Amino acid sequence: MIWFVLKRLIGFAVTLVVAAAVIFVLLDLLPGDPARFILGINATPEAVTALQAKLGLNLPAPERFFTWLAGMIHGDFGLSYTQRAPVAGLIGDRLWVTIPLSILAMLLSIVIGLPIGILAARRRGSPAEAGLMTLAQFGIAVPNFWFGMLLVLLFAVGLHWLPPGGFVPWRENPLLALRGLTLPSFALALPQAAILARVMRTALVDVQNADFIRTARAKGMTMGEAVWRHGVRNALLPVITILGLQFAYLLAGTIIVENVFYLPGLGKLIFTAISERDLILLRGAIIILIVAVTATMLILDLLYAAIDPRLRSRGD
Amino acid sequence: MLKKIVGLAFGLALATMSPNLAFAASTEIRVGLVLEPPSLDPTSAAAAAIKEVTYQNIFEGLTKIDQNGAVQPLLAHSWTISDDGLTYTFKLEGGVRFHDGSDFDAEDVVYTFNRIIAPDSTNAQKALYEPIANVTAVDPHTVKIVLKHADGQFLFDIGRGDAVIVSPEGEPNNATAPIGTGPFAFVQWDKGSRIVLERNEDYWGTHPALTKVTFVFISDPNTAISAVLAGDIDGFPNFPAPEALDVIKADPRFKVTVGTTEGETLLATNNAKPPFNNLKVRQAMAHAIDRKAIIDGAQSGYGTPIGSHFAPHNPYYVDLTNTYPYDPAAAKKLLAEAGFPNGFSTTIKLPPPTYARRGGQIVAAQLAAIGIKAQLINVEWAQWLTDVYTNKDFDLTIISHVEPFDIGIYANPNYYFGYNDPQFQAIMAKLNNTTKDEDRKALAIEAQKRLAEQAVNGYLFELAQVGVWNAKVEGQWLNAPIEGAVLTGVHWVD
Repeated sequence: MIWFVLKRLIGFAVTLVVAAAVIFVLLDLLPGDPARFILGINATPEAVTALQAKLGLNLPAPERFFTWLAGMIHGDFGLSYTQRAPVAGLIGDRLWVTIPLSILAMLLSIVIGLPIGILAARRRGSPAEAGLMTLAQFGIAVPNFWFGMLLVLLFAVGLHWLPPGGFVPWRENPLLALRGLTLPSFALALPQAAILARVMRTALVDVQNADFIRTARAKGMTMGEAVWRHGVRNALLPVITILGLQFAYLLAGTIIVENVFYLPGLGKLIFTAISERDLILLRGAIIILIVAVTATMLILDLLYAAIDPRLRSRGD
Repeated sequence: MLKKIVGLAFGLALATMSPNLAFAASTEIRVGLVLEPPSLDPTSAAAAAIKEVTYQNIFEGLTKIDQNGAVQPLLAHSWTISDDGLTYTFKLEGGVRFHDGSDFDAEDVVYTFNRIIAPDSTNAQKALYEPIANVTAVDPHTVKIVLKHADGQFLFDIGRGDAVIVSPEGEPNNATAPIGTGPFAFVQWDKGSRIVLERNEDYWGTHPALTKVTFVFISDPNTAISAVLAGDIDGFPNFPAPEALDVIKADPRFKVTVGTTEGETLLATNNAKPPFNNLKVRQAMAHAIDRKAIIDGAQSGYGTPIGSHFAPHNPYYVDLTNTYPYDPAAAKKLLAEAGFPNGFSTTIKLPPPTYARRGGQIVAAQLAAIGIKAQLINVEWAQWLTDVYTNKDFDLTIISHVEPFDIGIYANPNYYFGYNDPQFQAIMAKLNNTTKDEDRKALAIEAQKRLAEQAVNGYLFELAQVGVWNAKVEGQWLNAPIEGAVLTGVHWVD
């Protein structure tokens, strides 16, 4: 088991270093000089050169890469080109929006998706199932930002129940902060819930035909009892796998949804950093996303191994 | 367990759906801006958003530009100019303090200008202050600025956001926590979302009516519409969604303001590159362009057609839109004479603003009608600046030049237009050495005519400044003679 964990951890570290190198090279290839962007159309060449020196852009690429990598190991992500503030702090502030938003969206997708999936599986072949699955198909097809706009039109412009966007910091008023995250988390959750519902339904339908359900039925349980006490638990395994994968999609989804709802999250930060060629900020933010996703995968891997001993030996 | 979770979620949803609590009091305002400023020091970066937040609100210069584009005194209440036009002596306002409580005096002015002209200066408009030879403090309330050569634009240029007065103590932190002398003081910046200013109760001049200003950053046009309609924003000085203006106009809660800008929107052309080095080709393109269709299609009808590189509200302006009127038949004929009876293929690089992306599609269709097949290439600003502006790697591009009185760029043969015309350069050299107003006007008209005749660029339209405001907000600037969102005169009425 220790060997297994160690191998996974080494794999995690290697992934991060390779990802850092790839990101650095790709972003360095982006056309556009950050100093020229900051100083604009009328800047004199001397002023641009002076700013390049100030930002360290005149150093050779390998030197910039290793300085950046060495800094990150100590938690120093460098200084933002455009905002002239430490990148780590800028990203840290944004996580207070993006992480609660992702978690909220994830919870909502579970709360909405799983019951629909279970219901559909229990009512197999009925018009109710057909209706629910059509709805789920629709949910998968609808882009989350467009759904977000519809929500805004209904709940903010029409009914005035919730703000159309924006965010009040948690320290100022936690309830208002939560209000600001309500519509965007619904917008993010709907497509995920639709996927979950379909996966849950399929898994449960498969389980219903499993031997252990027949055994439970033979021991005198009703179909409902058997599915609820034995079926759902077994059907949850593929659902958990999907949830892990969805976390990555949720983080990526925040880039667009945060722009629609003008939320100060990591997604909006990335969007702005791209357009302003704040490469150092962009690199830091993308690394954080990669860490989040790979760490989720690592935890899932370890969890599976803990639950199912078969996976441990197969891994070797 | 599941029931508990559902119940909890439902309760949470209800708790968050209380009526809208964020209601603005009558001395507070929430102003929407499309872009968030990357930093808040207007003297070290070009982003217009920096000036929108800070210019005349937080920071002040020796002079200021008013909403009609005229120079007015600000921190300097008066000045004298020597007969040779080289020495400016400014008398400064007394009793002025920076927001950190320190006194403003002549030394701050000396510090500010020395920083702008220093060799390692990163001022985005450094070239404008190149005439400055030296700046000295005569006494705490008198400053003398000596120029290397006369400069008719000098009083205007020191009224820009790039030359606002900073204090030596506050300057290092101005990017994140600006310290100025203005009527509003910086309070708080929630990065990615908003900036809060409060009235400076220690202000030396007339106190504004507003006590609190919150700038909110909304880049998505659809979101901007929702925010206005939901009443979450009290005003958008430069509204990003012209297509929604009819809906907003029809709603008595709002008003739409329309003013002028200094933005000449061009189909900028690489004059150094074949076939655009051929005058007949450029004339053909000029004949192919239907300005009205572009203004209606790309800007929902807001904008004024132009025939040369000059703002229509300027007193020196002359209407040249009929130099090459819309005439596809004449265009085709000229193209054939130029040796392209079947047209040719080219590219148009389009930066992000709506006028460029939407305008590009219409321009491409109009060019296609005379046989010029233009491929549209979307680029980001950073890419535009490097590819088009710096490396001149382009055929055509759509861009608005927002600098006031910037016809002089055509006299620079190294400018990205690639336009090298000794005749035009001679007109501009004469204009720069002329001080008499009527002579200047005659020369300015001559310059405009030369550009129109040479069809250097496709001259499309002057951008309009379209604002959307709560109907009860008054005192806002209608025009945009300079980058800024000045709120000193804004107030609520019943």
